[in-house]
Amino acid sequence: MKQISVFLENRPGSLYAVLQKLKEWGVNLRALSLADTAEFGVLRFIVEHPEAIVAKLKEERFAATLTEVLAVGVEDRPGGLCDVVAILTQAGISIEYLYAFVSPRGDKAYVVLRVEDLETAKRLLEEKGVSILEELPL
Amino acid sequence: MKPTFWDEYFELLPREAMEKIQLNRLKKVLVRAYHSLPYYRKKLEDAGINVYDINSLEDLKYLPFTTKDDLRKAYPFGAIAEPMRNIVRLHSSSGTTGTATVVGYTKKDIDTWAELMARTLCGCGVTAEDVIQVAFGYGLFTGGLGVHYGAEKLGATVVPTSTGNTLRQIQIMRDFGVSVLCCTPSYALYLAEVAKENNIDWTKTRLRLGIFGAEPWSEEMRAEIERQLPIRAYDIYGLSEVIGPGVAFECEKHCGLHISEDHFLPEVIDPTTGKVLPPGETGELVFTTLTKEGTPVIRYRTGDLSALMYEPCACGRTLVRMKRVASRTDDMLIIRGVNVYPSQIESVLLSVDGVEPHYQIVVKRENYLDLLEVQVEVAPHFFSDEVKVLERLKKAIEERLKAELNIHCEVKLLEPKSLARTEGKAKRVLDLRKKEGMV
Repeated sequence: MKQISVFLENRPGSLYAVLQKLKEWGVNLRALSLADTAEFGVLRFIVEHPEAIVAKLKEERFAATLTEVLAVGVEDRPGGLCDVVAILTQAGISIEYLYAFVSPRGDKAYVVLRVEDLETAKRLLEEKGVSILEELPL
Repeated sequence: MKPTFWDEYFELLPREAMEKIQLNRLKKVLVRAYHSLPYYRKKLEDAGINVYDINSLEDLKYLPFTTKDDLRKAYPFGAIAEPMRNIVRLHSSSGTTGTATVVGYTKKDIDTWAELMARTLCGCGVTAEDVIQVAFGYGLFTGGLGVHYGAEKLGATVVPTSTGNTLRQIQIMRDFGVSVLCCTPSYALYLAEVAKENNIDWTKTRLRLGIFGAEPWSEEMRAEIERQLPIRAYDIYGLSEVIGPGVAFECEKHCGLHISEDHFLPEVIDPTTGKVLPPGETGELVFTTLTKEGTPVIRYRTGDLSALMYEPCACGRTLVRMKRVASRTDDMLIIRGVNVYPSQIESVLLSVDGVEPHYQIVVKRENYLDLLEVQVEVAPHFFSDEVKVLERLKKAIEERLKAELNIHCEVKLLEPKSLARTEGKAKRVLDLRKKEGMV
């Protein structure tokens, strides 16, 4: 699955500028996370038609990029995420970042993962019966 | 108190006698430059000037200028007029190959320098009874060693602390009975701040004088230093291309800086036309070294704006006075005593992949210390989703700038297009110190 990342300066209004554009274009955010450091932030989100959106953002001179991530469905129960991470840990695959959200229907949690070896991680998770999503449910 | 002079003969010399000595020395240095400095010989030949035709100080105006760029092009030893066997010391300005300037000193130059620095310190009221802490950087920078040798020549007790480790500087000041502090004015204020935090009781120290230079500072800053430290603050002036510290100094009257014009012949020119300006008018300060052997310079354009005052001073000295330097003709910044050109920063940025050619340099003073912040736009093609890649980029730029400038600067990554685009010359430098009236 493709995720869009946008570089944000640490100043009031930088997040707003991106969100305003997405609103203007009628883009619905499926999942989103905002990472911050002392110096700057990185906004990451999942939308429909990411290629088109990232091109439009670049036209507006945002520093935006597409990143391949894994979206997995996790059972919404204590230990659900732990079991998924255990698979990657045993294989020695490190996780750059992840963010999670619960589906509107409330039966599943979804986790967006960025790992260094995406293909191996995908294969391992599938072998263990973890569902890999090609798009996020509304 | 009756002022004391280090060299009564030269410091009180009547104008006509001074001019006679200057002309005599000028003729000699011109012949030396013609025979030993290929870059200057070419300038003379291009201008069709025979140095033997120079017969009065008035004629000086016909001679070509020497610029910082000439000295840079001469890197490393093209501006040295003596065989290396006669050079006993080399100093260099900051910058890597291509931007650095190198100056060489013969044994006699080192002696002259110590003599002039002793004259300078004496003019500021330092005596052989004083303990002087030299907190200028020791090394390629001329500040530390320049003051050091002069203070020894004067007979004062020198404490060569160099820069850094402020708390230890303060301890030494107290324990060694230091009476004179010598450093950049911004460092003096920083030191006062650290002392305050550590509850240092200045009445228990012998500190009485402060001698400050290597960066421009204002009367407001002098008042602030004198309020925070139990001292009278004096301004001294110098630049490595001319000799280092010891070119000019304030006497106790604090009305301009006396130039040791028996060694450095000053002029003030219109920076645009190059025409010599009459006394009292503000323009670019130009120096011709009259006695230097290692690296003589003829009509060296300092980039510093000042004016010359020939009226004798109330202190009795006849040495011409220059107004305190408050600004420059070019965009050179002086940060913690180090000369920085925005062009140096630009060339570093352009060599780093991932950085847009749009940047802004912000200079500010926090806790009385100069801070250099370089804001750069992240190129859209370079932007990485991963925070560590961006942090690596920031660090890489900081390291390259440190290698080029010899001082640390903070790099701030900006979104593309966040810096204002202007038609024509962009405003690249924002010196917030000026707003605060500190320089």
